[in-house]
Amino acid sequence: MSVTPRRWLFELALGARMSVAGGGAGWVRLSLIAAGVGLGVAVLLGAATVPAALGASNARIDTRVIETSHDLPAADDTLLTGHVTTTYEGTSISGELLRPEGSHPPLPPGVSRLPGPGQMVASPALARMLAEPGSGLLRERWDAEVVGVIGAEGLSGPAELFFYLGTDKLSPPGAGRIDEFGTSGAHEAVPMAVLLILAGMVVLLIPVLVFMAGAVRFGDRTRNRRLAALRLAGSDIAMTRRIAAGETLIGALLGLLVGGLLWAGGILLAHRYGTGPLSFYPADLRPVPLLAAAIVVAVPVAAVLVTLTAMRRVVAEPLGVTRMSTPTRRRFWWRLLPSALGIVLLWPLFEGGSSGVEFQIAGGMALLLIGVALLLPWLVEAVVDRLRGGSPAWELAVRRLQLDSGTAVRAVSGIAVSVAGVLAMQGLVTGIESQVTEPSTTAAVRYDAEIFPETTLPTGVWARALAATPGVREVTEGRHLSVALDPGDPVAMEQLRNTAAGLDPQAYVWTTNNDAARNALAGLRDTLLAGTTALLLLIGASMIINIAEQLRERRRALAVLAAFGTPHRTLRASILYQVTVPVALGMLLAITVGTGLAAMLQLAVSAPLRVDWLGIGTTSGIGVLVVLGTTAAGLPLLRSLTSPGNLRTE
Amino acid sequence: MSVGFALLGLLENGPRHGYDLKRSYDKAFGRDRALHYGQVYTTMARLLKNGFVEVESEPGEGPERKRYAITDAGVTDVREWLARPEKPEPYLQSTLYTKVVLALMTGRDAAEVLDTQRAEHLRLMRVLTKRKTEGDFADELICDHALFHLEADLRWLELAAARLDRLATTLRP
Amino acid sequence: MADQPLLAADDVHLSFGETRALQGASLQVYAGEIVALMGPSGSGKSSLLHCLAGILAPDAGSVRYGDRDLAQMTDSCRSALRRGEFGFVFQFGQLVPELTCAENVALPLRLAGTRRREAHRKAAVWLERLEVADVAGKRPGQVSGGQGQRVAVARALVTRPKVIFADEPTGALDSLNGELVLKLLVSAVRETGAAVVLVTHEVRVAAYGDREVVVRDGRIRERELAR
Repeated sequence: MSVTPRRWLFELALGARMSVAGGGAGWVRLSLIAAGVGLGVAVLLGAATVPAALGASNARIDTRVIETSHDLPAADDTLLTGHVTTTYEGTSISGELLRPEGSHPPLPPGVSRLPGPGQMVASPALARMLAEPGSGLLRERWDAEVVGVIGAEGLSGPAELFFYLGTDKLSPPGAGRIDEFGTSGAHEAVPMAVLLILAGMVVLLIPVLVFMAGAVRFGDRTRNRRLAALRLAGSDIAMTRRIAAGETLIGALLGLLVGGLLWAGGILLAHRYGTGPLSFYPADLRPVPLLAAAIVVAVPVAAVLVTLTAMRRVVAEPLGVTRMSTPTRRRFWWRLLPSALGIVLLWPLFEGGSSGVEFQIAGGMALLLIGVALLLPWLVEAVVDRLRGGSPAWELAVRRLQLDSGTAVRAVSGIAVSVAGVLAMQGLVTGIESQVTEPSTTAAVRYDAEIFPETTLPTGVWARALAATPGVREVTEGRHLSVALDPGDPVAMEQLRNTAAGLDPQAYVWTTNNDAARNALAGLRDTLLAGTTALLLLIGASMIINIAEQLRERRRALAVLAAFGTPHRTLRASILYQVTVPVALGMLLAITVGTGLAAMLQLAVSAPLRVDWLGIGTTSGIGVLVVLGTTAAGLPLLRSLTSPGNLRTE
Repeated sequence: MSVGFALLGLLENGPRHGYDLKRSYDKAFGRDRALHYGQVYTTMARLLKNGFVEVESEPGEGPERKRYAITDAGVTDVREWLARPEKPEPYLQSTLYTKVVLALMTGRDAAEVLDTQRAEHLRLMRVLTKRKTEGDFADELICDHALFHLEADLRWLELAAARLDRLATTLRP
Repeated sequence: MADQPLLAADDVHLSFGETRALQGASLQVYAGEIVALMGPSGSGKSSLLHCLAGILAPDAGSVRYGDRDLAQMTDSCRSALRRGEFGFVFQFGQLVPELTCAENVALPLRLAGTRRREAHRKAAVWLERLEVADVAGKRPGQVSGGQGQRVAVARALVTRPKVIFADEPTGALDSLNGELVLKLLVSAVRETGAAVVLVTHEVRVAAYGDREVVVRDGRIRERELAR
């Protein structure tokens, strides 16, 4: 009974062959599907890698954690420690001060010998940084000799800037005593950061999923026509399904390959350029095996399912596509379900809390964004059905959308979802940013830095030392020290930090501008924006394919319109309207949902509510660009399709 | 009488004996009805009398030694016949077929014959169409009958025109 | 018919790459007459129609409409001419599938700037005249081939054009529907006085015309020139 599997294989292969049989157009379609699916797979693999990587790096950090205990008496195997953080030219560096109290102190992971006073063991990245010729100010900060490097087992990642500094100045009240490094306890997550990361992933993942669902339907019409022809030629429903599955599978498998390559490239980039908490060793960057397996299986299966759902009508009736009948109306209620469920999941936000329910909130966001993709086709259909009259160009466009809005909307929903997500994220980031920057705007306008000493020194020592530092204009001594710097001296801040570190390595220097948190937020926002831009470019490309497909499908009608004297202007305008209406509706929905979501997220981090007009303006601008770009790209095709040669083609 | 023109036309490719003439005619035109020898000789006698052919005698005796050749007047007569459209009426095919084949065999433009005949047919069909659109139901039925028959003839002619090349290769001696 | 022709092609040449579609075709069309363009497939009859209608610009030779040379006009002028003075009927698929039949018929008027209400009133008159008033609100996909062709004829006539170009208008229809379309078309143009250039390979269709012109190898047969 090996006949059936062989026939199935033949049918799948037939489908695969047919997908490229269309010559150039077929290959373009296939490569777009592969690119779309590949992008999705890469992002999914990335998402599957991040938890593993963070886990690996956290596990290493856990082994060097310092848990001090007041009950511990000084002994032969104890060590006094003090935590140090500083900033050098915008990068933050941290380390531990170590002072052994006996002859058998514990060794931190990755270190073979404790540094003596005036000696330092640094991470490779920090050692490189210290060795650079331009880093004189950084070398002066601790004025220590680097006697070794910390091994990988004691660092979060290859780019971590970390050190152990030997000292003889630490004494018990200000310092912590330990007899071992590492902890067994779980460490607290910062709710805001987790929420941000989860939200960011959702915002990037959902449009990618929507885009993937759309991508496997590239060239849908052409394929349906081909399959309907197969049905007419006598292939039964199951055979047709298998042939269609074969067509999609080849694209999805290529997509997996492309995705794998993109992901590997991403890994290399992350290893090469990852900084701070985002730096990992290659060995860390292994996706969670179960998730990776799920992706490899689920993506082709989902692709085939999307295809099969999309071709229900073709399979049911062989003439389904050759004859243009009135499409079935879209139902509203089930499209509302995910959004409704999403709002329910987001409910804790209204009650002003998000800790402990981050995953629920991320799920709610995901559902709400998926809801955008589902609601948009209904919205466009409902609105377009009510449009009437207008100029001939408008009439042509509206009637076209009434007859078939699905194709046009499919491309737009990706844009809508990502715009909604980006607006939500922008709103959240703006909200947090306003919180972070608030003190600086009210309190210490005049001062550039404030210093919080850890060890108590005689009054005036700090003020005198700071005032003597080159580049310092003014020092005020209170509970802490406020310092105004000479705006003309570019290295004033670094010199100030050096003075502070010289007096007390543990002193915390807080600067009122260039705050690391703000930098991180801005970085996050930039990353998000870059991701979205890339996504929109891809979606833009898919919209061009989409419009080209629609135009080609109507070549005869277009040629006839041109023949009986329809001005080109009218045809151009009708394409513009045809693209604009779904995009405008998509943007409207996206802005509504995105702003609403942003407001909820702002509530969650108890930031003041504010509407991100800049974000709305920017994303709307992108929407307009996509419309104009797509229309413009469609025009050369329009010109060639209205040539009289097309009067003859069927 | 198309047999006379056909025999005359066959001679345009060179003088022939009566027997060869009959064989060529049967091959090209006598699909269902071969020509009697008697018919050949009476027709040739008439053409000889009218001055369209002349006789070349070869050494020896008997009717088999007579070779017929076409005269200039004969050539003109064939040309005029081919250029003259037949009156459109049903059952013209044998005459039209003869004309097309003969035009081909004598190296003339068969398309010309078809165009001439089509123009003649259309003249009548236009009258019938006009009568049909202006007349009553009975007129319409009768005219349609005639129109379909005339159309059938012309469609056959057009098909023949489309197959000229093939006809030319199979019919040329 | 000694007066000036309405439309005249003079020694028109046209090539598509290597293919030479027209090689010196000349033809005059006079006001109000129906000229059947006949000839085998690929003879260039449709190309000649496209040149006469200003859809294609000939490589050499001229096409004159009245005293205007189509080649000298800008594309938008030619488009305007096709909108206002010409009407078109093709074999099939010429109706805009998204628009209703009534909107299809009203479209040329609306493109010429007529108000929507007025355009639809005129469209209704022509749909009635061609006995397809009942399909006015339907989309082309929902009507039969014969009805669709009659809607197309109504659209060609609605602007009261001077010339109607019909390229195998009955090519996709059965005899009965074909006859009906032709009868309605001919009686309508006899009334409006429009000339018709009718491309067909069927003699029965050509018999609706006043004269026939045979195109072969991109040329008009000599006989017709001597008219």
